Order: sequence, then structure tokens, then C-alpha cells
Amino acid sequence: MTGTEIRATVLRLLGDVAPEADLAALRPDAPLREQLDLDSMDFLNLMIAIHEAFGVEIPEADYPRLATLDGCVEYLAGARRA
Amino acid sequence: MPVLGSDMEAGTLVAWRKRPGDPVRRGDIIAEVETEKGLIEVEVFDNGVVEKLLVEPGTKVPVGTVLALIREEGAPARPAAARPRATPAARRLAAERGVDVATLVGTGPEGAITREDVERAGAARPPRAVEPAPDQAARMRQAIAAAMARSKREVPHFYLSTTIDLGPALAWLARTNESRPVTARLLPGALLLKATALALREHPELNAHWVEGRPVPRAAVHVGMAIALRDGGLVAPAIHDTERRTLDELMGALRDLVARARAGTLRSSELSDPTITVTSLGDQGVETVFGVIYPPQVAIVGFGRIVKRPWVVEGGVAVRPVVTAALSADHRVTDGHRAARFLAAIDRYLQEPEGL
Repeated sequence: MTGTEIRATVLRLLGDVAPEADLAALRPDAPLREQLDLDSMDFLNLMIAIHEAFGVEIPEADYPRLATLDGCVEYLAGARRA
Repeated sequence: MPVLGSDMEAGTLVAWRKRPGDPVRRGDIIAEVETEKGLIEVEVFDNGVVEKLLVEPGTKVPVGTVLALIREEGAPARPAAARPRATPAARRLAAERGVDVATLVGTGPEGAITREDVERAGAARPPRAVEPAPDQAARMRQAIAAAMARSKREVPHFYLSTTIDLGPALAWLARTNESRPVTARLLPGALLLKATALALREHPELNAHWVEGRPVPRAAVHVGMAIALRDGGLVAPAIHDTERRTLDELMGALRDLVARARAGTLRSSELSDPTITVTSLGDQGVETVFGVIYPPQVAIVGFGRIVKRPWVVEGGVAVRPVVTAALSADHRVTDGHRAARFLAAIDRYLQEPEGL
């Protein structure tokens, strides 16, 4: 899966978690929670959705690395190579 | 039409989920109604057989209106419809105002329908609309405005807060979550909820409803969780028997409730049953939340953001994660001394998270 495909998948999952969000205006390098008004439950749901879509186990200690869209793409690309 | 909030006056029957002759069990969904809180699934409270549906879909009716007749299990089929008991004055008024007395629940002697019952039903009927109906978000805001204004007008609130060391709870949570897949992890909110529910067992006066001028303690603890909706407004549906559930069960219930609240598929008992409300604005960055009590409840507990603060531990200063727990309570029901002990009990439970 390419970086572009990973990004598209994460965006789709974000759309499921926050259906009202304007994802076109999302800054990829800024925190998702602030931009999309995600609460703890939303963020956990996003982690679960990523886990299920990519088959990647995400330790809780790694959550900060998935705080932005760019961070998610980088983390998942690395996890899939590993 | 069930009462799904202290200021709900009417609801619109959207659809029936059962038909006459269908057997129903307690907890089955029999209908969907539209209210200020969105689309709500109406549950059945007894086992039996649906005998008759009394309200057509699309009809707005006042709370208390009988929507359907359910014959209890084992009871013989009802004979041809009996004439509802109503006073002559009630019948005259009903005829004038076009209210069908067969759809009302009487509050008079032996359940007779009174003139006041008819007046209430007439008042709750929708006006012949000239202006377009306000959208769902606006209607919810109106309902919140009515409930909160009534609360502040009628309920003598007092407020207490305490700062709680969450070090032991979060350390336990990190250890617990470390060995779990992401799908089975707990959030701190589940621990706060359970600690609150357990503390309520020790302080049942706060787990009560104010009914007809006196507090009525509730046997079960049904904590209502304040949930912000995407398009504004909030609902606070109950997690039934909160204090009896394990943390895993509470976490599952929280996830389910948040999803259904935002999808508009809450059940009637979830809105009518809360015995206290818990609200958390920690994700929004505030440290202290003093909520407004939702009548007929008599208390609301607010949790703020978990922040790191210098904290004295065994004579030294350490950096600890702390949270502020704030209580708004009804002074007709309890006082500062008891309320302070309730907050102290929440603190105590959170110091021993393995016991939650």
C-alpha cells in the first residue's frame, strides 16, 4: 500500500468517526483532535478503525505518533514495512 | 407517550415496530417517536401481546397519551372497547377542542379523565403551523433552555469541588491497557464513572429524584452520561445499574451509548431513567465543570481535564496527574457536609483502582 493509499484510507476512517468534518480543509501536520473536535472516545474509535483496516496493533504509548494525519501515514507505512 | 425529559410536553409518533397480535417482552422496541432529543425508540415495560395501536404515525400527541394497548401475558382478550371514564366537563371540553378522550391517561379518581387532562392535551397539540417548524438542533436548544431555566429557577444549587490525585488510577490503567488489544482498552472516563457510582451507594440521597415536593431516593444507580452531539446540543442517557457493571462492561456501554446518541437511536428508558448526571469537559481543556442539575435529578458531577500538577506525596513534592471533580447539588436534599463526603468517597475509590 502506497503512502497515498494509506492517506486516503485514514481520511475515509476519519470521515466515519467524524462525519460532519470538512476533511478537505484538514491540515495534515496539525493535531487531528483540535481540528476535528475529537474527544477521547472518538480518538479511541479512530485507533480501533485503523487497527481493523490495516491489521496493525497500536500500543497506547504510540498514540502521540498518530496525532496528525501525516503522523498516521508515517506510522502506518513504517508498521507495514516492519 | 413517555416523558423523556422534565420539560418534554409532546412527541410525534414516527413509526410502529409492532403490529396488533405481536407478542412483546419487556425491553422490546414497539415504536419510534420524534422528540426535541431526536428520534427515540420506545420500549415496552411488560410482557404481553399488542392488542391495539391507538395513534397513527405522523401524529403529535402530549406526554401521557396512551399509544397502544398491551394485554398482559395470560390475560383474556379485552372485550369490545369500553367507554373511557371521563367527567362530563372533560367530555364537553374534549368535544370542543377536538381531543379524543380515548387517547388520554386520566389523573382523576380511579383514573377518570378530568377537564385538566383535556386542557393539557389540547395545549400540547401543535399549533396550526404558519411558520416552518424549527430544525432539530433549534428544538433541542429550546428544550435545554426550558429545562435549565427551570432548574436554575426552582432548584437551590450549591457547589463543591475537590482535586483528586489520579496517579494510582492512571498507572493501573496503563498497566491494564498495555496487555490489551486496542479494541479492549479502557478510557479514564470509565474509572471516573464507576467511582462515582460506587460513591453514590454510600450517599443515596444524591441518587434521587425530587417528586412533588420531596426527595425520592432511587434504589438503582442509573448514571446519565452527558454526550455532546455533532450538530450542537447534548443528551444525557442512562447507563443502567452503573455501579454493578465491570469496567469492561461500562466501557462497552459508553461506546455504545455515544454511538447511538450521535446516530439518534437512543431508547426511551435511557432518557427517562437517569438518577444523576455525570459530565466531562476534560477533552475540551477546562479544568472544572459546575453543571446545572437536570430535574427531577438532584445532583450532577463534573470532571475536568486531567492535568499534571505538583503534588505532595509522603512529605515530598511530586508531579502527579490530577482531575477536579465538581458537584452541583440540590440544597433541599442534602448539605455541604454530606456532599463533601460524597466527593471524598469518589477520591477514595480512585485511589484503589483495582477494586473498581
